[in-house]
Amino acid sequence: MTEQEVIELIDSSLAEEFELERDAMTPEANIYEDLGLDSLDTVDMVIVLEGAFKFKIREEEAVRGIRTLGDIHRFVLSKMDQKP
Amino acid sequence: MSLSAVVITGIGVVSPLGNSYEALIKDLFQGHSGIAELPSLRAVGGLRSRLAATVNNVEAKQIPRKNRRSMSDMSVYAYLASLQALAMAEFPQEQLACGELGVSIGSTLGSTATSEGFFKDYFQDYSLERMKSGLFFQLMGHSCSANVAQSLGITGRVMALSAACATSCQAIGYAYEQIAFGKQQAILCGGADELHPLTVATFDVLHAASTAWNDCPDQAPGPFDQRRDGVICGEGSGILLLESRPHAIARGARILAEVVGFATTSDTSSIANPDVGAMERCMRLALTDAGLTPADIDYINAHATGTGQGDIAEAEAIRAIFSDSAPVSSLKGHLGHTMAASGAIELAASLGMMQQQRLVATRNLLEIDERCRGIAHLQHNEERQVSTILKNNFAMGGINCTIIIRRHTGD
Repeated sequence: MTEQEVIELIDSSLAEEFELERDAMTPEANIYEDLGLDSLDTVDMVIVLEGAFKFKIREEEAVRGIRTLGDIHRFVLSKMDQKP
Repeated sequence: MSLSAVVITGIGVVSPLGNSYEALIKDLFQGHSGIAELPSLRAVGGLRSRLAATVNNVEAKQIPRKNRRSMSDMSVYAYLASLQALAMAEFPQEQLACGELGVSIGSTLGSTATSEGFFKDYFQDYSLERMKSGLFFQLMGHSCSANVAQSLGITGRVMALSAACATSCQAIGYAYEQIAFGKQQAILCGGADELHPLTVATFDVLHAASTAWNDCPDQAPGPFDQRRDGVICGEGSGILLLESRPHAIARGARILAEVVGFATTSDTSSIANPDVGAMERCMRLALTDAGLTPADIDYINAHATGTGQGDIAEAEAIRAIFSDSAPVSSLKGHLGHTMAASGAIELAASLGMMQQQRLVATRNLLEIDERCRGIAHLQHNEERQVSTILKNNFAMGGINCTIIIRRHTGD
């Protein structure tokens, strides 16, 4: 997948799961304050990303540091780089 | 101590006959049926009954996502019906969180569809890694009540009775008692259920589901008819807002009716089969609770679901108390059996009859079963002065329930 395809898959998956307006999904958007997610949503966000990208991230410390959509993009891209 | 009078000030309905109280009453008086063949039941191996009364045109997306994510269909129905009841009652928004308003909405089970979805995935590899955060909130026994309270910000008592087909009748009855006792000023009460093949199978396996009318749902005989062959399962939600009379009057609410009697008993003769004496005892206890005699009852809304044994037992019990003095009808021929919601939806419908002074007949009751005779069956809608109504619900597990409502006179 290209970087753009990864970002598109992240955004479309999250938009579908959390019924987000795509216009609001800028890399700078804070997932809590701007996109309205909460702690239950972050549990589901991990499952959605694991399903979309077929990796396991639940135990990763970096997940807890995610604040913006851009953080998610960078995190997933770094994970994709690590994939064999 | 003196007990407070308890009144009904709001009604909400999501049913196979429309998703409002007004739509329900209109369709009932027009003799419409919400029963149809449910094609998905064809795919279930061993299931002989294919008729069902399902809810249609529910716009779940009108519910905010964060509220909706913890709801299965039954909670969606309960939430929408609760909104209707509060709106009809013009219940003040600022009183939702005053602690004096409670919620008591029961269901037969937590969501079976959600449970099926989880286990279907789980059995692939016995992994919980795909389990989403909302799962438990749809499976828990108090899912409807908790979802309604959370979504509407109601901070009083939250209760979740579960008594199968008597669930909402019990919920209303116990709410009546709690308000009378002064423990809450108002309670949103009733029941909700969502149809799943397991619902139908529960009755089919006991040879208590209708199987002979799959190809002609509109002709399916009604309760008490000698051609009836069992329950037709349904779904929906019925919610009443009960208030103490002083509370309702103080806020200038329009009072729809008064709850005056309630009884619920355990029939230990069988966990599945009805007993005439136990049914009779329950109705007599409700009359005593209301301080009424059989002659005071103007209409009986029967539980009668269309089963062989149940309809006969209820007819016998009614005959023993009322003979043919009070008109009797069952609404299961119109609505199917909406399970945990049936008590509240049918009580709401009965209240509609009281408001219009007109009774709805049992649908498709053409040839009365000899064993169900001796009571005043309504085979045609009838104009009638109705002030006091007795409503029955009898459930698997040996749960009997009777509630009595009376026209509010303002005295």
